[in-house]
Amino acid sequence: MRATVHVRLKRSVLDPQGQAIHQAVRTLGYEGIREIRQGKYFEIELEEGLSPERARALLERLAHEVLANPVLEEYWVEIEGDAR
Amino acid sequence: MKFGVVVFPGSNCDHDAYHVISKVLGQPVDFIWHKQTALGDYDAVILPGGFSYGDYLRAGALARFSPIMGAVREFAARGGFVLGICNGFQILCESGLLPGALMRNRGRRFLCQFVHVRVEATDTPFTQLYRKGQVLHLPIAHGEGNYYCDPETLAELRRENRIIFRYCDAEGNVTEAANPNGSLDNIAGICNRERNVLGMMPHPERASEEILGSSDGRALFQSLALVLAAMTRE
Repeated sequence: MRATVHVRLKRSVLDPQGQAIHQAVRTLGYEGIREIRQGKYFEIELEEGLSPERARALLERLAHEVLANPVLEEYWVEIEGDAR
Repeated sequence: MKFGVVVFPGSNCDHDAYHVISKVLGQPVDFIWHKQTALGDYDAVILPGGFSYGDYLRAGALARFSPIMGAVREFAARGGFVLGICNGFQILCESGLLPGALMRNRGRRFLCQFVHVRVEATDTPFTQLYRKGQVLHLPIAHGEGNYYCDPETLAELRRENRIIFRYCDAEGNVTEAANPNGSLDNIAGICNRERNVLGMMPHPERASEEILGSSDGRALFQSLALVLAAMTRE
């Protein structure tokens, strides 16, 4: 079972990297792009036999404790084949 | 009295801190490898600057899970003195020993320069030998030093007088222009509620001898030594 954890800065937090990319993109002549914010995601391969419920609970905890810093970032978990 | 300097893979100011304690203060000090699970009979522990774990994931995020950090947490809970400098401050925030987080600098660039910071509180074991309002000339060297916390936490830090250092100009005015990295409220250093854990982005250990351009950081270590000596006498 594969899962993805997405992590991004909260909207209220300044994203200097996204701003730098946006500025470069504008310099390159791309038009129609209002804002870029940079985040990251983690591809996670789960062991077989884990129920989607257990997997979700596990990944939520992992995201909260390790992958994201909840002071600055928010996250969401996607599990392949589990459309919640 | 005995000091310990924790060494993580990627620490690079560990020797500077060791040097200040051993040569400038003239006190016993050991390096503590991060794989250790217990702290010996130390009176003060320093988490030094550097790039622990290559700053992977987030600065300080992985060092927080090093075996030694459980012992550091217990040591702090017992009232032991913990000083986190630069990456050490980031680790303390990631560990939850201090509130808030250190984000990418507002100007995006890695900053390596001298700054001025104002001493906001002297009622900590780290700042007793300073005067309130004293302006210190200290170096910074970081890419992620932009202190952030939520408004409730900021209000609490202010109310409890836990903002210990703020970026200022040479005259001691705390201004936006004197804020090198975008830190909330010009915060350069904070302590915990019990005041035995201090985290700061500037490097006092790199400014403890005149030959380095400033010795303003020396009194921080001398304060610690003075407090520890007084405790030993009691």
